[in-house]
Amino acid sequence: MKSNNSLFQKDLITDAVKQSFIKLNPKIMFKNPIMFVVEVCTLIMLIEAIRTPFDASISHLTVYNVFIFIILFLTLLFANFAEAIAEARGKAQADSLRKAREDTPANLVLESGEIKKISSSQLKKGDIFTVKAGEMIPSDGEIIEGLATIDESAITGESAPVVREAGSDRSSVTGGTKVLSDQIKVVVTTQQGESFLDKMIALVEGANRQKTPNEIALTILLAGFTLVFIIVCVTLKFFADYAGTPITVAAFISLFVCLIPTTIGGLLSAIGIAGMDRALRANVITKSGKAVETAGDIDVLLLDKTGTITIGNRKATNFYPASNIDKNEFVKACVLSSLADETPEGKSIVELGKGFEKVSVSQLTANISQSNAKFIKFTAETRNSGIDLSNGIRIRKGAIDTIKNLTEKAGNQFPTDVAEQTKQISANGGTPLVVSENEKVLGVIELQDIIKVGIHERFDRLRKMGVKTVMVTGDNPLTAKYIAEKAGVDDFIAEAKPEDKMNYIRKEQQQGKLVAMMGDGTNDAPALAQADVGVAMNSGTQAAKEASNMVDLDNDPTKLIEIVEIGKQLLMTRGTLTTFSIANDVAKYFAIVPALFINSIPALQALNIMQLASPESAILSAVIFNAIIIPFLIPLALKGVEYKPIGASALLIRNLVIYGLGGVIVPFIGIKLIDILVSLFI
Amino acid sequence: MNTEIFGIIFMFLATVLLAIPLGKYIANVYAENKTWSDFLQPLENLFFKISGIDPKQEMTWQEHLKALLTINFLWFFWAMLLLMTQDFHGFLNPDGNPSMTPDLAFNTAISFLVNCNLQHYSGETGLSYLSQLACMTFLQFVTAGTGMAACAVVFNAMRSTSPTPNPSPVERGNTNPKGGEGFTPLSKGEGQGVRLLGNFYNCFLKSCTRILLPISIVIAILLAFNGTPMNFEGKAEITTLEGVAQQISRGPAAAMIAIKQLGTNGGGYFGVNSAHPLENPNYLTNIVECMAIFLIPIALVFALGYYLEKKKFAWVIFGVMTIGFLILLLPTVYFEMQGSPTLAKMGINQDLGSMEGKEIRLGSAASAYWAINTTVTSNGSVNAMHDSLTPISGMMTMLGMMINALYGGVGVGFLNFYIFIIIAVFISGLMVGRTPEFLGKKIEAKEMKIAIIIALLHPFLILAGTALACWVFVNNPDIGWLNNPSFHGFAEMLYEFTSASANNGSGFEGLGDNTPFWNISTGIVLILARYLPIIGPVAIAGILASKKYIPESAGTLKTDTSTFGIMVFAVIVIIAALAFFPALVLSSITEFVMTY
Repeated sequence: MKSNNSLFQKDLITDAVKQSFIKLNPKIMFKNPIMFVVEVCTLIMLIEAIRTPFDASISHLTVYNVFIFIILFLTLLFANFAEAIAEARGKAQADSLRKAREDTPANLVLESGEIKKISSSQLKKGDIFTVKAGEMIPSDGEIIEGLATIDESAITGESAPVVREAGSDRSSVTGGTKVLSDQIKVVVTTQQGESFLDKMIALVEGANRQKTPNEIALTILLAGFTLVFIIVCVTLKFFADYAGTPITVAAFISLFVCLIPTTIGGLLSAIGIAGMDRALRANVITKSGKAVETAGDIDVLLLDKTGTITIGNRKATNFYPASNIDKNEFVKACVLSSLADETPEGKSIVELGKGFEKVSVSQLTANISQSNAKFIKFTAETRNSGIDLSNGIRIRKGAIDTIKNLTEKAGNQFPTDVAEQTKQISANGGTPLVVSENEKVLGVIELQDIIKVGIHERFDRLRKMGVKTVMVTGDNPLTAKYIAEKAGVDDFIAEAKPEDKMNYIRKEQQQGKLVAMMGDGTNDAPALAQADVGVAMNSGTQAAKEASNMVDLDNDPTKLIEIVEIGKQLLMTRGTLTTFSIANDVAKYFAIVPALFINSIPALQALNIMQLASPESAILSAVIFNAIIIPFLIPLALKGVEYKPIGASALLIRNLVIYGLGGVIVPFIGIKLIDILVSLFI
Repeated sequence: MNTEIFGIIFMFLATVLLAIPLGKYIANVYAENKTWSDFLQPLENLFFKISGIDPKQEMTWQEHLKALLTINFLWFFWAMLLLMTQDFHGFLNPDGNPSMTPDLAFNTAISFLVNCNLQHYSGETGLSYLSQLACMTFLQFVTAGTGMAACAVVFNAMRSTSPTPNPSPVERGNTNPKGGEGFTPLSKGEGQGVRLLGNFYNCFLKSCTRILLPISIVIAILLAFNGTPMNFEGKAEITTLEGVAQQISRGPAAAMIAIKQLGTNGGGYFGVNSAHPLENPNYLTNIVECMAIFLIPIALVFALGYYLEKKKFAWVIFGVMTIGFLILLLPTVYFEMQGSPTLAKMGINQDLGSMEGKEIRLGSAASAYWAINTTVTSNGSVNAMHDSLTPISGMMTMLGMMINALYGGVGVGFLNFYIFIIIAVFISGLMVGRTPEFLGKKIEAKEMKIAIIIALLHPFLILAGTALACWVFVNNPDIGWLNNPSFHGFAEMLYEFTSASANNGSGFEGLGDNTPFWNISTGIVLILARYLPIIGPVAIAGILASKKYIPESAGTLKTDTSTFGIMVFAVIVIIAALAFFPALVLSSITEFVMTY
């Protein structure tokens, strides 16, 4: 799916501006205690501004008070805008996913067996429909009959068609995707409006958005900082009375609004929404904001070997003939046995055979198609495949045990050099495939897992983040160990059965670790549910999707790595902006406090270290700075603070310097600059 | 080098050098390891036997608090009883000092019960020797012990690192000591359970018998040999060189002064506290008393390191506290040794520094050092009059009490610091992209709520109290509290509430504080500011202890690094400085810019 990466699109902004005003409703504001307090202050300021011209003693302050009111009002709007633009972006993203599936005609299969054309919006959970080549799938569902190739590019952006088949682990189809070949019968698995996507949209829109535990704890902290400044400002009134230095309402409210952490308060919900939005941009649908946060805390990552660490399938890399066999003859036999083999391994053998000049693959292909050779497909009983040539020669290939049985039954010895070779291959992480001709061993083909390019670096990165990677594979321990070392994972589960994953997860969890895993099959569902973060592939079964807290539309197993980073970014963005917001207070104090008392205690001029022009301009500058810092930080809130896997302490120093120290210095400069501007007009 | 400065450097270094082995000893005492003081065990067992306490019966954090509050409540009545019956104390009241009035007894009982020792009486004329010993000295021991026991509970809680909590209360009755082993939560949620954190009475009694008592004896002996009275005789009458007859108070002073310093109590035997020549006779006793203030607060930090086997963490805490302390100390020493510019303008020689309100035998540097010592810990004893400090020094003493966690009072100082750690852990945890955790326990909404309430309480009590006083004063300008209206008067009121809320007990005298308004308002502040900051940290630590332990990984923020130290320091500065900046501007800062 193409997503527009520019932060602000025009239509989104229009929508967000509208929302900023709607969100002024106190009922909505109340959810955000800090901004609600600002709203109350704005209201008080409005009353004060209206009252000012009628009170002769302060009527000269009318313009000033109106200005303060306007700036406070803008502060509110800016904060609302931050939330609105985050929502709008998330919604736009989700809408574009949803649009694809609206109003597609569906072929509903009635109980009588008849087919009725209805609109997709009329489909209910449990309904059965058929889709044939060239049609759009009207709703999410599970194939109950047939097999089809499907173009999922509308959702995943991946143009290569995928195969979906009833009864397999890849039986799920997504509404809005297109069937390219064959016909399938599908049962609707989700009620309209209850699909993952619908849930996600609701989350983004805020209707169902609940604060995550972490957000709640942060809100408490921020409420604490707000309370402290309520205490400071209220008591200051009495102190000022004692000292005989009256303070205007405008000055009080300005001081208060500047001191409370409005910056983070205004951006907090935008940061949360943006986290989910970033997940969505990575084509991951999350069921809750909490899942994204938890992902940032993951300690252990369970990854399937196939497709994640290695390129989906094994490839033939070498032919090793037995000692008395000519290599070219051996290769010829291998190619012949695999010509009709549609498995990726078989194809790779043919591919490798093409590299031998003396073995003309094209000629072999031509010969075979003319003769009435018979292909033997792999079955679970025989556990081998091959070809019966018209001249009576039987070529078979299979795992070492299978071929050994086959040859020894026929009274032939299994050559020791081949046996040696197979061990060698296993130790190198390969899989040996033994080839026989008329029950005599010809040699062995080495199949190797191809480790994905760049995966080693990704694991290094994860290790630096403190995440332990575990490879799950059906391979024997020897092969598994070899690949684990080569790919750089920390641990592996060999000859894994579904319950092994489950046990591993439990074991880690009992040690207090958070575990994430990705899965697709129905038998993965219990482990997905047990894991703290379970990511199901969109192609996976319904059970797997139900059990997990995220669904990856791309079916990309490496996605977990991105999800972990998104989670970390989310927390970091909150932390750094909180620090920045509070650090700002230092400069604001030095701007406002001298301004409050300077008229009655001229000696306090010494505290006016920014040399601000006048008390009025100082207060005005501080309030303006406080307001405009919010829109300045919206891009950061939406994009998230960059995560660098450099270790927690180094990261803390880095962020403390940038956002802590920066948070102290920036407002000094900002307020001074604004003061220079403001003092031109006062 | 100036000997005065050398004197304070010596005092500080000697205290730290003594505090390290003492910390190790304290850790051994709490861990029930073998120590040289085990010969006291029969005595302790006697106490337990009489009171029917099983010291092996472990308690949850709630049970700890219940025990702590109950026993404190009882002491209050004990103190009231003694103070109001002084007329009947017979030979233990040789000067015939009268019984206290109920309101004064109430105020005194509360202020000693909360380890604050705000004194609205003068020892010479207000107390019998029985009261001095069985009420004042007694409370000075047990309240210090209470603080240390609460601190030990938090230590215990921090030590709980096993992945699964203790058995549930139902299983606790199980005679099999390993009864809890089968308890393995399989849910992926938090491993909730009950965590047992030792026995309160055991921690409390051992704090008194093993730690406070031996050191107090040493200090008392040193004082007695330097001239501090330790007898039961009444006032002596002497004729001075001027030929004037003078009454000199005596009594069991050395014993009380030792624990008053050691237990960060601060309530003096004599009215003018350690400025009195018999309470603090010479520079040597000044060194001893000054070191006694700091000894246990610093030792407890090292005890934490030994107890948790996290020495580096202890050094980080010590580092943060020390930097904070030095930031307060250095300007104070500088300005006190500098002298007052107002006096300088009058042509008065100030080679000895600003000597108004100071003792000539102690000097300005040692007095400045004491002033900061006594305010950063919640001691409150004085050897010079704080009201006479130069403006910046006055502000520094107030800041010490406003932070109240730079070493802090025995036990409670660390508890206050613990709150700052929790807040720092929370913010910095977020900053590194991980749900915040401290010593393997996740910090969530509930703990944050408690931490914030406790962190807010202190500024609230101080600022609201001062605001109330301002309001009363503005509406009744003739109320006659303030000898110095204007900014210094404001500082006096601010100091009084700061001192009360920090359970310090020292005062900017010059404030007429023996009126119903001050007695009642500071009394309320005293109670709130003592017990809530004990309950809060114990509750947080208890809740955290019952959470599932998360082992460290490379992504975990280490708390034993200087980076984390900086973070804690920043949190302390932000909370203290931001909350009190306006109030300080209107008092000391204005005074400063107007004099200099």
